Amino acid sequence: MNKTIRELLAKFGKLPVSIDQVADDADLYAAGLTSFASVQLMLGIEEAFDIEFPDNLLNRKSFASISAIEKTVDIIKDNRKVA
Amino acid sequence: MNFPVKITEQSLIVRTARVGEIAAKYADAVDAEGRFPSEAVDAMKAERLLGIQVPRHLGGEGASTTEVAELCSLLGQACAASAMIFAMHHIKLSSLVEHGTESEWHAGFMRRVAAEQLLIASATTEGGIGGNLRNSICAIEVSGDSCRLEKDATVISYGSHADAILVTSRSHPDATPSDQVLTAFLKDQYTLERTHIWNTLGMRGTCSDGFLFKGQAPAVQILPKPFAEIAAQSMLASSHLLWSGVWYGIAVDAVSRAQAFVRAAARKSPGVAPPGALRLAEVSNLLQMVKSNVVAGLKAYEGAKADPDRLSSMGFAVAMNNVKIASSETILEIVNHAMLICGIVGYKNGTPFSLGRHLRDAHSAQLMISNDRILGNTSSMLLVHKQDTSLLG
Repeated sequence: MNKTIRELLAKFGKLPVSIDQVADDADLYAAGLTSFASVQLMLGIEEAFDIEFPDNLLNRKSFASISAIEKTVDIIKDNRKVA
Repeated sequence: MNFPVKITEQSLIVRTARVGEIAAKYADAVDAEGRFPSEAVDAMKAERLLGIQVPRHLGGEGASTTEVAELCSLLGQACAASAMIFAMHHIKLSSLVEHGTESEWHAGFMRRVAAEQLLIASATTEGGIGGNLRNSICAIEVSGDSCRLEKDATVISYGSHADAILVTSRSHPDATPSDQVLTAFLKDQYTLERTHIWNTLGMRGTCSDGFLFKGQAPAVQILPKPFAEIAAQSMLASSHLLWSGVWYGIAVDAVSRAQAFVRAAARKSPGVAPPGALRLAEVSNLLQMVKSNVVAGLKAYEGAKADPDRLSSMGFAVAMNNVKIASSETILEIVNHAMLICGIVGYKNGTPFSLGRHLRDAHSAQLMISNDRILGNTSSMLLVHKQDTSLLG
């Protein structure tokens, strides 16, 4: 999953630095992720993992770092198993 | 400047009404001369309204955003420029109240705001960023215990009349444009060199000149939170809500003038409904819509306040953006309607029914953070955010 997220970030994130230089726990907004790019990234993630973000997870915290995104995707997948 | 300490037991409304009386008296002169409404702002200080949001343990009155919005609308009925200055001061103060209480310097600063009734301005826009306050070109430079900042601020509302300015910048010289911090500078810590004169259609009294800002201060004056969080969690909501409060006030005064006109006409010829009477019913409906919208927005904000995740969620941002769009567009319709009711005496300056100032002031609403920019942001969020369809939720 980490690799897919990194690929999507490279494609949609429009970060001024190369994605290889971004640590898993680095603050993506400080790295230059704009709110528009984050929406494009969310759409990419929804498509790639075949999920939909519920509104309560559509906040800055869910997308603050690569590990935060992984955690968010995990939560959504777990919830789906329960449902 | 020291202001006499008044008993603050009297309600905020009563104290603000007294300020409103003074603001109304000078509103036309402030507008015509494009000058700072010093009488109204001095009255705000004398009534000790500039520190009301500061928590009680720091010498304030702990007023909520909802209470401040009500005062904004009261002042908006008297003089929109004075009301907007009051609103903008409280928007800056809300950033401090929400994000600065844990920082020793900022807590002390709030104490001073309440005690000395300091007027706070802000410098967020900058030449070259295209009006997007979430981007900065200038960067703060920290060396040792002190920080230095130069900013080509295209607008600092009431900049030369403020006692302190909150300035956004990149957090360090290598930071990306969106990696910003907010720093408080006190009057004796900066110089302002005027670069633009504020000569506008309306809101002339806010004196929103452009300045070259040069400041130097202890580094502890940089707010410890990233500006991104401050913007998302307090500034976005408090700006849209307090501005909307001011705009609602402008609309209320326009409708009051229209109603006074219709009533005067009805008294002159009893038994015959004046031509504007039906339009008055229509405009009262529009006014109620704006009010409901702002009140719902205030409720949503007070409800979300305790939860930073909710405050920075898309659903909340969409809701606040919608409040701003609706109130800023509808008040123009309202003032225009009021003008149709009052006819030529509304169009004419210097009558009890004059609406020219209201119309010009109201036109700023769609431009203060351009509605097109806000709609653009909302439309991008709606690509992933699902519309909240519940009536009460």
